[in-house]
Amino acid sequence: MRWLLRKDLLILRRSRLLVVLLIIYPVAIALLIGVAISRSPGKPKVAVVDLSPPGATVQLGNSKVPVARYYDQLFNEITVVRSSSRAQAVSRVSSGQALAAIVIPPDIARKLSSGLTQAQVQVIYNGDALQQSLVRSTIDSALAQANLSLSGEIRQVAARGIDLLLKGGDFSALGAPQNVLGLGQISTVLHRVVDKQPPGADRTSLERVAGFADFAAQNLGLSKKVLSTVSQPIQIDASTVHGRRATLNTYAVVVAVSISLMFICLLLAAGGVALEREENALARLVRGPPALVSRNGLLAEKALLAAGCSFVVAFTMLAGISAFVKLDWSRVGLWVAALAVSAFAFGALGVAIGALAREVRAASLLAFLLSLPLAFLALVPNGAVAAGLYDVIRAISLLFPFKAALQALDGAVNQASPSVGVSLLHLLALSALFGALARVGLRRLE
Amino acid sequence: MPEPVLSVQGVTKRYGVRDALRGVSFEAHAGELVAVIGPNGAGKTTLLSILAGIQAPSAGTVGGVPGNVGWVPQYPALYSKLSVAENLELFARLERVADPADTVRQMLAQTGLEERADEQVGRLSGGNRQRVNIAIGLLADPRVLLLDEPGSSLDPRQRERLWRFIRALVERGRSVVFSTHDVGEAERYAQRVIVLADGEVLFSGSPAEFEREAGGEREAGGEHEAGGQHETRDFESAFVEFLRARGH
Repeated sequence: MRWLLRKDLLILRRSRLLVVLLIIYPVAIALLIGVAISRSPGKPKVAVVDLSPPGATVQLGNSKVPVARYYDQLFNEITVVRSSSRAQAVSRVSSGQALAAIVIPPDIARKLSSGLTQAQVQVIYNGDALQQSLVRSTIDSALAQANLSLSGEIRQVAARGIDLLLKGGDFSALGAPQNVLGLGQISTVLHRVVDKQPPGADRTSLERVAGFADFAAQNLGLSKKVLSTVSQPIQIDASTVHGRRATLNTYAVVVAVSISLMFICLLLAAGGVALEREENALARLVRGPPALVSRNGLLAEKALLAAGCSFVVAFTMLAGISAFVKLDWSRVGLWVAALAVSAFAFGALGVAIGALAREVRAASLLAFLLSLPLAFLALVPNGAVAAGLYDVIRAISLLFPFKAALQALDGAVNQASPSVGVSLLHLLALSALFGALARVGLRRLE
Repeated sequence: MPEPVLSVQGVTKRYGVRDALRGVSFEAHAGELVAVIGPNGAGKTTLLSILAGIQAPSAGTVGGVPGNVGWVPQYPALYSKLSVAENLELFARLERVADPADTVRQMLAQTGLEERADEQVGRLSGGNRQRVNIAIGLLADPRVLLLDEPGSSLDPRQRERLWRFIRALVERGRSVVFSTHDVGEAERYAQRVIVLADGEVLFSGSPAEFEREAGGEREAGGEHEAGGQHETRDFESAFVEFLRARGH
């Protein structure tokens, strides 16, 4: 096996272009996918026409809030293309300069101030289904944020009014008198008056009024809490069930490294076995007894060579990326274990592919055709597709090493679930399965 | 008669319901050059691959000196990115020969490729590649050398040089068994021909004996030419007639 390994290394050394392509291509693909995953989509261009009078304000209680404050919330997630009229905005959407248009009506401030009718903004969409979906969800989310912000303002104004009703003070709005007595104080004053009254009908009436004042003060106090609940009925309390929460950047690193590992290993292992057949050397090597090299030995040599080379590239990638993305080097032992076992599993799949193909080109094509869809399937998150379809995807992903390798590396780098050990056992089982398949494929020698 | 270096007894090979070989038996002795001839699909390559240990027979035995069979496939089994010497050294080490470096030197001298030793095999001509291919088959100094269609990819000049080389091996006591489509080649170089058709041995003997047997049949069939032109009929026509007479 030593001499066969030496021969393969010599051939690799003389195939510099192939080696360069073999490393650059998967690393480039992996980095592109990694960047695509880690970066949020760009802000969609939206034409905005504001028909409200300049400086319009919304009257909330005794305070005036400029309408523009809500626009900030609304426009935070989009790239605003200012338009002077509805027609111009629609024209920009039609011509594709903008994916959507938002028309703010002239009476928005009046309707917001009234507290009786809802204010409306008009949204006009264009573009293909994907673009529409993106811009629609962005605008819906921005509108929800603006609504939430507005309801928060209204709640604060209402809460201030309730406080005044309860505790008293100066009402500077609505033409109310100065130094108003609060409901809480009315009860105390009334009880003092009642105590001075002789028993009789007047005292009974006053006692009933004092009781009502007590009741009203208590319930008005509760209404402040009710207002908070109504303005934001559901609050989000986020937590992660398994391990610590991984940032999107570190997950993207794991994806990029796993994809590179897979491509390099599969192509080298599949190409290595197929090359023996392409050069007509396979039969010469394994004929016998005694064979020059046993079939198992030949497959192990190819798988180990591919695993070794891909491991070096993947580990170098991980180490290089750690200069830009914070990775926990105290877990380097687990990185090595995850990379090594994953590389071996990919090597086993690679030699199985190589054992089926007659030529290096066919083996490479087969490796690409098999690995690319598998990688994308493994990246489909739970809940992104219908439950039945996800079950099929999960079953396919279980049968190939990419998802297990991704989980092992994610566990090693990000402490994500499932545990590294489970994924490594899965990978070892797949190595045995594909090793056996390769052995069957190698029965055909020509 | 000395002990045979290769003894084939009742070898049968089945692929599903199809019999590729049916009870093939023959022997080869030291210093003998044996040609296996037959039409396409006769089972020549299957027979040689069983003798080489690439496939196992479904029935029958292959005896002789165990592990002492050199094999030269039809298409050169060489690594084109390695040089001539590197190919020879690799296989010498895999064959576990006692002194790989010395064996490589000897093979380069024997094949006349000393000056091309450092050239990558991918850049060699078809004839030179075939010489390296044969040299690898000889690295372990086998007593029997199996050659599958050795001259098929060579031009006449290269073929002539190849046969000189093979005859020299036979003169040094090696037994050579080769398969070929070219019955003229078998007539010219082989001491014994084995005619195979549909997996069966139809004839085993010298080329002269074969010509006599095939010629007799022709005469019996009344197809011979008048005026003693029987002698001028070439070996190839005799072969075709022989097969036709047996329904092949």
